[in-house]
Amino acid sequence: MASLQEYLFISGLLFAIGLAGVLIRRNIIVIFMCLELMLSAANLTLVAFSRFNTGENGLPDYNGQVLVFFIITVAAAEVAVGLAIIVALYRARQTVDVKDLTSMRG
Amino acid sequence: MPVFFYAFAAISIVGAIALVCFRNPVSSAISMVGSFVGLAALFIGLNAYFVGIIQILVYAGAIMVLFLFIIMLLDLKAPSTFKRSSPMVIVGGLIIPFTFVIQLSAVLPEVRGGNPQALPLEEAAKGFYDKDRDPDKQSEIYNSLRQKSLPDVNLVGLTLFGHKGDNTSIRTPGYNFPLQITGVLLLVATVGVVALSLKKKKSKSGGSES
Repeated sequence: MASLQEYLFISGLLFAIGLAGVLIRRNIIVIFMCLELMLSAANLTLVAFSRFNTGENGLPDYNGQVLVFFIITVAAAEVAVGLAIIVALYRARQTVDVKDLTSMRG
Repeated sequence: MPVFFYAFAAISIVGAIALVCFRNPVSSAISMVGSFVGLAALFIGLNAYFVGIIQILVYAGAIMVLFLFIIMLLDLKAPSTFKRSSPMVIVGGLIIPFTFVIQLSAVLPEVRGGNPQALPLEEAAKGFYDKDRDPDKQSEIYNSLRQKSLPDVNLVGLTLFGHKGDNTSIRTPGYNFPLQITGVLLLVATVGVVALSLKKKKSKSGGSES
């Protein structure tokens, strides 16, 4: 079994790749997928800490896994609302390119 | 050497890189499914079986199918009309995450508790022994722990819903109120999606007719 540091490094690497995707990509759906990737990377951190911080009885700390459960539920709701917003945006503007959506730019 | 850890970590990292690099959004979505499957395998390697299965069912199943459905609904193939981001954006988008990874690798050696240990399942079973019940009618958690298998789902449920007895070694008030709030959130999200996807026909046609 790998050490805690390795799990945290993989999680940080996934988060950084997701962040790079959010910054680089122009397709708003791909940006949204990269956001989901960042959420999952945070989940990996939580599960790793849950496994390595064992309680008095020697079992993993299940509070962390319950938090992951809540994060996944909220992420599902977020995806549903976000994709509905993207579809509404596409209907209004006929584009998913963030370079064409500059009306909010100051 | 943990072979499976490196294999599945490589799968999830390669899937994530492919998600960012592919031009076609459908290819990006498929590679993201691969990344999530690798991540679920990492969860299972961390003895978090419930979270791993939920990751596959909800993320790799439901959410990514929703993404693929929307991509195909909007008909977003068009790699021919692909417009690359400006070089400044690409450089900035690589420098910021790279700085983040460097900072992370500088901090990581300070993290305590990096020694992996096998879970003491039979030891932990003693905490779940209920004196008020017959020895052959003990709880599922106790029986599973005695047979050296981790009753992951039962323990997550026990932590999530809480319990009153003090004969077990998990003492938590439970998360019943956040669970109810999450249910309300899902309901609000459903109503919001319906409200967002309604066509505003009346105001449009009314505006054009008048």
